[in-house]
Amino acid sequence: MVRRRPLTPSSSFPPKAPCFHNPPSAFRTPNESPHNLGYMMQRVTNHHTHKTTDVHRHGLRSRQLHLLPDGRNFQVEYAVKAVENGGTSIGIRCKDGVVLAVEKVVGSKLLKHSANKRIATVDRHLGVVYSGMVPDGRHFVDRARDEARAWRDTNKTPIPTADLASRMGGYMQAYTLYQSVRPFGITAIVGGFDSELELPVDGEVGYGPSVGAGGKAPDKKHGGPFLYMIEPSGLYWGYYGAATGKGRQAAKAELEKLDLGGAGALTLEQAVKEAARIIYLAHDDNKDKEFELEMSWISASDGPTKGKHQEVPKALREEAERLAKKSMESDDEDDDKKDDDKMEE
Amino acid sequence: MEFGNSGSLSEDGIHVDMDRLKKGEVNLGTSIMAVTFKDGVILGADSRTTTGAYIANRVTDKLTPVHDTIWCCRSGSAADTQAVADIVQYQLSLFAMTSGKPPTTQTAAAIFQEICYANKDRLSAGLIIAGWDERHGGQVYSIPLGGSLHKQSYAIGGSGSTYIYGFCDANWKEGMEEQDAVNFVKEALKEAIKWDGSSGGVIRMVVLTAKGADRHLYLPDTDYSVRHDA
Repeated sequence: MVRRRPLTPSSSFPPKAPCFHNPPSAFRTPNESPHNLGYMMQRVTNHHTHKTTDVHRHGLRSRQLHLLPDGRNFQVEYAVKAVENGGTSIGIRCKDGVVLAVEKVVGSKLLKHSANKRIATVDRHLGVVYSGMVPDGRHFVDRARDEARAWRDTNKTPIPTADLASRMGGYMQAYTLYQSVRPFGITAIVGGFDSELELPVDGEVGYGPSVGAGGKAPDKKHGGPFLYMIEPSGLYWGYYGAATGKGRQAAKAELEKLDLGGAGALTLEQAVKEAARIIYLAHDDNKDKEFELEMSWISASDGPTKGKHQEVPKALREEAERLAKKSMESDDEDDDKKDDDKMEE
Repeated sequence: MEFGNSGSLSEDGIHVDMDRLKKGEVNLGTSIMAVTFKDGVILGADSRTTTGAYIANRVTDKLTPVHDTIWCCRSGSAADTQAVADIVQYQLSLFAMTSGKPPTTQTAAAIFQEICYANKDRLSAGLIIAGWDERHGGQVYSIPLGGSLHKQSYAIGGSGSTYIYGFCDANWKEGMEEQDAVNFVKEALKEAIKWDGSSGGVIRMVVLTAKGADRHLYLPDTDYSVRHDA
């Protein structure tokens, strides 16, 4: 049999197992060495049997995850199930910023209150929240930080939210292709504010003309708030309002009632209060364990967070929670009244 | 060569090898410049390429596109600057495809700088990056030998530029009309060509605005007074 490509000198036999220290190049961070087919071939052999059969010679193919005849991928569908059991996460993109919120289920009374944060900052202007398996989410965040850093290294400017979503969508998708790995058990919501200002190239010195640069397209706005949601399959879309996790159905129903894209769109502070209300509403007191509300927000550079992704200040969060609880109570009263009406009949 | 190929510290002081080019390497002993004006930027250059005293090309094009409305002026080693411009052109076209929007002049400048700085020991490339984009209008960046990045209203470079610092400083105005800016570049380059032995030939220009790239060509026959088809 003919080897299509020579094995690299490092391809000792039997190969090192398992593969996580040397993931396929699709998973490697952009800082690492470029793709190397010889390297990929070193995992051609099967490390359970140590037999080199025809199948193993074409090991790359044998390691692919095949679709089922009906065009589905069970692994991805199981990952979606893992997400559907996780605490509810939502994101709201409003007129002047983005709000992220999560229902952090408290698994034990021994856990420190307000510690163990679930919303992560990926770059100054980027935040991520996710539902599903927390360790998978942590790895997702690590990778997102690597991507943001790598973008800064080459382009000397912050990564646009759309580009981060694209990179991370591609990364999640790669984990649906191989037998040696499983898909991410999370759905992630990425929020960001791309600067509306003209930013310098990182590290540049000097100025342009004091009259300003000539030939700009007049009245064109740039940057702004952006929100993306990435699913275990790697699918991602941009959203005005995004929800995932256990309470997603109720949360989506509420998000649809808000004016997020129109002329009378919510302000950032209103969006914080709506986010709190939706998380409380999506939580089922009877079935679910106790939870903490965690919220973060990103405004424009002239807004409250100055273009940065930050935790919502305690005072505002508590006010939002107070209003959320109040609205829940009044809803209950409404329900009671309706019941009364029925009784009269 | 008396002091060898690299810089050294000897008893009689520090010796830096200024003669970085290989024997016979093609050099763009050059006059290049780029200026901002009311609607965008203008790049200009002479057209002389030399190998030592020999003029290897008298009608060189030292103005190189790296994207539709982002160009660069090249000075130093012809081979080095062409190679760097090729890499950046590839990177920017990739950027345009993946992000679905044209790159900014800043993106181009950042990539140029990264290459020039990371390979500073191996390159002799003095570059001026100039471009127009919808968001930032016309911008000029200069990347001299060490790989630093300077944002400027206008930039001059190459061996011929030493003769026109005074001219440019005396005649530069911010926010000029296109025709005034073209004349400024032309008169400056005429001086540089007159005094610098390594500069000469024709004057080439590129005007970058919202309308795209517009090439100019001026020949020495008429003392650079007539614009020809480029």
